[in-house]
Amino acid sequence: MPTIAELASPNPGYSYAFLDEFAKRELRRRILKAIAIPGYQVPYASRELPIARGWGTGGLQVTLSLVGPDDVVKVIDQGADDSVNAANLRRFVARMAGVATTTDALNATLIQSRHRIPEERLQEYQTLVLQVPDPEPLRSVEHDISKARLLHAEADYGLLWLRLYEQLVRYRRVTLGASYPCVVNGRYVMSPSPIPRWDVPKLHRAAHLTLLSAGREKRVYAVPPYTDVRPLEFADVPFRVEDQRGWTCRHTGLQHKFMSELPQPGGGTLYEISDTGFVEKVIARSRAAEVSIGATYYDDAGRFYIDGYLR
Amino acid sequence: MTDTCDNGRDAPRCVPASIPLLVTQKPLVQVRGLVKRYGGRVVAVDRLDLEVYAGEVLGIVGESGSGKSTVLRVLNLEERPDSGEYYFNTPELAGLNLFALDRPAQRRVRTFEIGIVYQNPHLGLRMRNTSSGNIAERLITAGERNYRALRLAARDALAASEFPLERMDDLPIRLSGGMQQRVQLAKAIALKPKLLLLDEPTTGLDVSVQARVLDTLKRLQRETGVTTIIVSHDLGVIRMLADRVMVMRRGRVVERGLTDQVLEDPQDPYTQQLVHAKL
Repeated sequence: MPTIAELASPNPGYSYAFLDEFAKRELRRRILKAIAIPGYQVPYASRELPIARGWGTGGLQVTLSLVGPDDVVKVIDQGADDSVNAANLRRFVARMAGVATTTDALNATLIQSRHRIPEERLQEYQTLVLQVPDPEPLRSVEHDISKARLLHAEADYGLLWLRLYEQLVRYRRVTLGASYPCVVNGRYVMSPSPIPRWDVPKLHRAAHLTLLSAGREKRVYAVPPYTDVRPLEFADVPFRVEDQRGWTCRHTGLQHKFMSELPQPGGGTLYEISDTGFVEKVIARSRAAEVSIGATYYDDAGRFYIDGYLR
Repeated sequence: MTDTCDNGRDAPRCVPASIPLLVTQKPLVQVRGLVKRYGGRVVAVDRLDLEVYAGEVLGIVGESGSGKSTVLRVLNLEERPDSGEYYFNTPELAGLNLFALDRPAQRRVRTFEIGIVYQNPHLGLRMRNTSSGNIAERLITAGERNYRALRLAARDALAASEFPLERMDDLPIRLSGGMQQRVQLAKAIALKPKLLLLDEPTTGLDVSVQARVLDTLKRLQRETGVTTIIVSHDLGVIRMLADRVMVMRRGRVVERGLTDQVLEDPQDPYTQQLVHAKL
């Protein structure tokens, strides 16, 4: 085990993993509280970072307060490891904490992500940190934040159900795409950050810990391992994930993974799996390289791994 | 015989025996010593006692600022009074002072036992939601999680308040004033409340629409026998709907009695003035 003295930055102006010890301790305490009350938004003092608010500062602070020298970090932006934002954050964490980085979801111990959960099932040794722009699921129906907090306190979520009702009346289907509100552990309704509906079931009874952090809004909340997460749905109108049947990935030929749509100049459309780390591994295996691909949440026929969860 | 029988209403519940119902029954709603102040100096309601019997319609009249709407808001548990007790004589709520309940419990009472129609539909309706959605919201609060059941219940409630069903998914803001009041009424009766509160339900409507909405109110009251408190400064409305009437002035009750008695033979000088001003 390295000692604190060894871990301390040689430059006395900086502490390990950029944030000062006091800030990290505060955030860890908030995280413990968030884990103790699944889905409850815990306020914290969001610190200044050398990136702008709205670029993942919430997730980054959680990552920096949890990361240790033995961790392996993966950073995802909309499923991709190679976008500017993901590359920036990954390099920052690696430089400030001296950790190894990876694009393989199963090798990582700490995954910071924007908008996606990997296709491979995460395991107990892993922590997923999601960047959240707007932590308040009630914001669209109750703009007064103090009233919204009362509604949370009294578990009065009728307005969210009313919104579903209105969408069914007007459009005959639920039009919520990302940030689909879900009930955590039968108590609090949370906004699962702007992950697509496709990823919401992955949170249900997941083996990994999920932390959701909003830097601008200064709120952190959590889904502990093996916790019930249920999207809001009427008894006779079941929750549906995005319908991508018949979409085939242009790199791997796979179906039933979450796809990005690529409009072509001629008017046609190509599709590619949004999880680039997964695509990398599939391609490597097709070239006879030694890679281990874990079990995925959705199998090749599009069935979710927990029977009966998606009706 | 009671006044309820004299009005030819609720015939089956009139016991032919000589004991009047008002003596044998306990009142459904009992309010004792209700005081509501605003900002320390303004006493909106001053030590008000009130009893309403099951199936009865109580009218509250008085000039603007006499505290009658405040009474309704307090009875709807929207505002906390400064002091007072409020009892509902139902098996589940007997002996509980509703003013002393915590917020979630008050919300349950408000959802299941009380319906309210405001003079201003903006207070009672969500203008950005459909009319049927406004009614569905109440059922959702009551725990209904079946979309088809919500649709059917909203349709039933709107039909009962004689709302044109082809417009049930229109926004209330696009409806006429009379229709907005019908949506409010449908919302109020959707869960078959024990107590219906009407706060100037027809003020601001033109005379013919007012008459039709009053007809609906009267028919609903007769069919369901829901206990009702109606607040109005229009003595015609009170005369048409109320069994008993209470006259308020400056937060106090100056006179109470059977409607016909009070309106035909007012005793208090203020009531006399009110009746003569109207007639």
